[in-house]
Amino acid sequence: MIIYLMCFALLLVGLYGLLTKRDMVRIIIASGITGYAANLMLIIFAYKHGALYPILEKGKTVGERVMVDPLPQALVLTSIVIELGITAMLVALAIRLFEKYKTFDITKIKRLSG
Amino acid sequence: MKNETGLTLIARTVTRISVWLIILYGIYIILHGHLSPGGGFAGGVVIALAFLNVMLTFGHETVTRWLNIEFMHDLEPASGALYLAVGILGIAVGGGFLANFLSKGILFNLLSSGNILLLNIIIGVKVSMGLFTVVWALATFRLFDGGEQ
Amino acid sequence: MILPFFIIIPLLAAFLIALISGDRDYWAIIVSVIALISLTVLSLFCFSTIGGKMIVYEMSAWKIPYTVCLTVDAFSAFMLVIVSGIGLTALMFSIYYIRHLSPSWKYYALFMLLITGMNGVIATGDLFNLFVFMEIALFAAFALVSYGSRAEEFEASFKYAIMGSISSTLVLVGIAVIYSATSTLTMAVIAQRLPQNPTVMYWSGGIFLAAFGLKAAIMPFHAWLPDAHSSAPAPISSMLSGVLIKSLGIYVLIRLFYNIYNAPPVFLTMFMVLGSVSILVASFLAIGQWDLKRLLAYSSISQIGFILLGVGIGTRWAIFGAVFHILNHAIFKALLFYNAGTVEMVLGTRDLRKMGNLTHILPYTTATSMVGTLSVSGIPPFNGFFSKLIIIIAAIAAGHPVYGGIAILGSLLTLVYFMKVQRYGFHGENMIEMENVRIGWGMRTAMILLAVLCLATSILIIPGIKEVTLDPVVDAIMNKTGYITRVLGR
Repeated sequence: MIIYLMCFALLLVGLYGLLTKRDMVRIIIASGITGYAANLMLIIFAYKHGALYPILEKGKTVGERVMVDPLPQALVLTSIVIELGITAMLVALAIRLFEKYKTFDITKIKRLSG
Repeated sequence: MKNETGLTLIARTVTRISVWLIILYGIYIILHGHLSPGGGFAGGVVIALAFLNVMLTFGHETVTRWLNIEFMHDLEPASGALYLAVGILGIAVGGGFLANFLSKGILFNLLSSGNILLLNIIIGVKVSMGLFTVVWALATFRLFDGGEQ
Repeated sequence: MILPFFIIIPLLAAFLIALISGDRDYWAIIVSVIALISLTVLSLFCFSTIGGKMIVYEMSAWKIPYTVCLTVDAFSAFMLVIVSGIGLTALMFSIYYIRHLSPSWKYYALFMLLITGMNGVIATGDLFNLFVFMEIALFAAFALVSYGSRAEEFEASFKYAIMGSISSTLVLVGIAVIYSATSTLTMAVIAQRLPQNPTVMYWSGGIFLAAFGLKAAIMPFHAWLPDAHSSAPAPISSMLSGVLIKSLGIYVLIRLFYNIYNAPPVFLTMFMVLGSVSILVASFLAIGQWDLKRLLAYSSISQIGFILLGVGIGTRWAIFGAVFHILNHAIFKALLFYNAGTVEMVLGTRDLRKMGNLTHILPYTTATSMVGTLSVSGIPPFNGFFSKLIIIIAAIAAGHPVYGGIAILGSLLTLVYFMKVQRYGFHGENMIEMENVRIGWGMRTAMILLAVLCLATSILIIPGIKEVTLDPVVDAIMNKTGYITRVLGR
């Protein structure tokens, strides 16, 4: 129970950073934290008490031991790669924005409004 | 002898030895993707980090000369097209898209489990080339008008 | 058997364009035109032969609960036809327009990736596969919005990227919640196991409504759309506004809430409320705009409000009106964005106060923009009239006269601000004389083709043709959890 609450707290920390920070680089870091919280939630849902890792090894048989669910681990792998791509694109956009507007402060980048 | 771009002599000497070990470790993770955790994604990221290591210690002009950057830029969409060709071969053999058409081999062997090994290698090449191209483009970006990301 | 080709063809075209192009873009144009024409032919063939059936294709020849499956029924085939058709006209338009910005093959590769992502979202039957293809389409959209490298485009793309990443994280949280309750990811099996715990349904329904509502630009989540659609190059604006927000937003919402959750009344009421708020507030905001493409972007938000109102009412006529309006809005909004792009390319500005009488230098553009304006305001015999009328009648017949009144008010406000566009933009006071105005033949052909389609799709309401084309689509949606038996019963 505590773990679920802490994971949710991590999501809220990331959202707080996204909403209130003014520097572009800190917004990118906060979006990364939000992504980590979502991946952590996927892995926490796959855990069973007292279960083994889901890999067959030479010389051991399956027996009656329960194994941890291997599917969310594949989902998290895919999701980490996708967020890597999004972070790379955000960083490239931040560099081009700095070149055009000469500042990293998002309250000064306001040419489009209304 | 001092270099203007790049780090000190100690860093350069250690990198000359250790970068080959990092690439070997990455290839190990890719090839054993069906036997232990890892696979194409994780191994590809390790290999890209090896190239990034060279770029950090030696400067980006040295890396542009050391690797053949045009070949690396072309390798990425080529491996993507190769992945789709393997999938279409799966349709041609008679199963669905991406069906297994190589033999499944003996359990725990390196050459077992159908075409998962082939797909792992293709994904490893694509991820490493893609990630390194992004980092290289960010490092050699010069502030000029025109062009796009 | 032909289902994976909807994903293979554009993906292979994107990789081939990146491989074989040098500095010029001839090969890129040829490969992408071939790919899109074959996609259009394939999707028309699929739509015309599908009737009431459903095609299920399991990838890698494994069985259903263990594999990713592609499922196409009449609604999916309908959306595939719209995506390929509007994509083909956007490609025709952009051959001349993009050379004006920066001639490079990268635009065509990104465009093919966008089509791949949208086709993947429409054709898939698996929840995580939908997330992956949605991310592919979003990547291509972020990069394409900032293609022209002007300052405002980067700002708009950054805003879109941050909001897109929030909504993707929310989708992941929703998938985690559903997976923990049903331990499967295939949509049909989720629909089977979900009625056993109804609290999960409300949790994940709320999360998915927020996440996909941001993609569909429903009113509280709309803030990225005016910037992104007004700064992007014109064919990208038309693709984004015409197909992307419908395929990633409205299509997924209908699939989730009708076929999987069995249409709980709480969410349908929420759809109606959000839809009416979208219609009213976006129309009022659009009246005060002086930037042409920003006005068209707010108009997009308000028309999506119409579609959402139709989806929320839930009767058969309302869904028919909503589906018909999806088709109509794609056609006339693409046409209006092409007109705006042509005017911007010729005059160099988007400000309505600086435009004047354009009938001499741009005759085709003025005529087609009049057709588009009459369509979107709902004047018979153009197609917008029929779809809006059906939604209004369905609202009143289902016992919600307030929502019908809001829809009528929204339609009148649409007429108001499009008359503003016509008055200032195309038939203004000062005659603008410019010599040496050349539009490419591709741009002119795309606009004339869409204007003809505006008139031609109003024949889809005649009862003989309606049975063949649009009724199977409505059946596939209204058949709510009959989706399960059609996917699993083979």
